[in-house]
Amino acid sequence: MTSRLLRVSAIETLSPLVTRFRFEDPEGALLPLFSGGAHVVVEMPDAGVLRRNAYSLISDPMDGSGYEIAVRREDGGRGGSRFMHTKVALGDLMRISAPVNLFSLDLRAKKHVMIAGGIGITPFLAQLKQLARLQMPFELHYAARSRAEAAGLALLPASPQVHVHVSEEGNRMDLGAILGSQPLGTHVYTCGPEGLIEAVAETGARLGWPKTVLHSEVFMAPPPGAPFDVTLAKTGKVVTVGPHQSLLEALEQAEVEVEWMCRGGACGRCETGVHACHGTIEHHDHWLSDDERASQTKIMPCVSRFTGETLVLDL
Amino acid sequence: MPRTEFSPSITSRPVYPGLTPQGATPAIMLAEGPGAEAILDLAALDASVMDLAHLIYIPAGHDAGLRLAALGAKMYREAPSYASALERYRKALADARMGTTLYLAGSEGMIGQAVAEALAAGLPPEAIQTEHRGTIARRMQCVHCKGVTENVTIDPFLCSHCGLTLFVRDHFSRRLGAFQGVCVDAETPGIVPEVQEIKP
Ligand code: FES
Repeated sequence: MTSRLLRVSAIETLSPLVTRFRFEDPEGALLPLFSGGAHVVVEMPDAGVLRRNAYSLISDPMDGSGYEIAVRREDGGRGGSRFMHTKVALGDLMRISAPVNLFSLDLRAKKHVMIAGGIGITPFLAQLKQLARLQMPFELHYAARSRAEAAGLALLPASPQVHVHVSEEGNRMDLGAILGSQPLGTHVYTCGPEGLIEAVAETGARLGWPKTVLHSEVFMAPPPGAPFDVTLAKTGKVVTVGPHQSLLEALEQAEVEVEWMCRGGACGRCETGVHACHGTIEHHDHWLSDDERASQTKIMPCVSRFTGETLVLDL
Repeated sequence: MPRTEFSPSITSRPVYPGLTPQGATPAIMLAEGPGAEAILDLAALDASVMDLAHLIYIPAGHDAGLRLAALGAKMYREAPSYASALERYRKALADARMGTTLYLAGSEGMIGQAVAEALAAGLPPEAIQTEHRGTIARRMQCVHCKGVTENVTIDPFLCSHCGLTLFVRDHFSRRLGAFQGVCVDAETPGIVPEVQEIKP
């Protein structure tokens, strides 16, 4: 992945749990432009462990003066978001990858309906700016538990197309009503917890929407778990994966080259062959097919883990 | 007249897998000539497909109007030609919501144009069902003068606009809803292969 060192030029608290970070080139050079839905991977050197987390860009895709992300603090997570919240200070230099988009708008659509749950609002913040420029019809539905938790509120434009649903205030999102009355050519984008994405898929199927126009992005950080060992077929080397480390991170630490792009189980780039498996692979990705998963011949090291006797990788 | 079985060809050539009922969901149906039989078969499989259906029939010499009208579609209309049905069909597409199924049955020319119209209106291709019934005549676009010749049943044929002798290709334009006709004697003017009937 191409990456560059950028300076932290702004840190702003958006809600008790969510903070906005802005990165700029130290010499003031313009950064590559992107498209709404793109993410960057942020490198975090944290006490001897190098973490790389993907965050959606929330700034204007056509503004190369800086990149902005919003990070939700996950105290039960592996530490990446805690690092961003507690260790990063104004003026720090951080290594940021070039933007990659795995959740772009389908520009053949005649209308775009965006459905966000919680921190899943982030990719849409950039897409809204792109849509405003393209002058395309859209609708955004943002569901949050409470107003205090709705970090996106501060960053959303006041517009009749933007609908905020706060469940604490009894204003729940009615997916049937949203999907029941859309004109032909509408595409739907959902970002948020898995339950929300499933609910949109189910409602869409019930109302006769083809799957091809329902797009989604799950917010996936590698889940922590019990430590395990993997053996590399080519060298016989054994690599230990710690409880708060992903297999990919452990391989990187052991200086084993694995290609990656999203680090969230979505893009397929890190797919690795399994040479032998005595035990169970805990597949957490959204890439492999059910058959591939069951066969235990492939693993996505960015998110998946293992329990059992031995796992030998084609590396 | 049963469903037409076409011989395998290049990927560009449209295929018509037949109509499968999607239940009592909103539907637009367009049938032409013997295509009426496909709608009758569809309703026989599941009568509820007609509950929310807007059915437009172009008889084209085939007399199935009374039987179609008796199916109990939410709205039933007849039109003498595709051209005269077009305004109603466009309005139906403009008013349709996502989740609508389009059922098309009839000739390749009608299906091709109706699919192009529906895609332009934003209907996802997955929501379009097609069944070929009746004439295998093709709607051909001359790649040289761009004129369209309807109801072509022989190969090669004369372009009704520029007069070139055109070879009937299986290359199909989804945007135009027409097959492509290419000059057959460009290299050897006047030397034209023997005329044959188009086969399915
Ligand atoms: S890096 Fe994208 S699936 Fe692993």
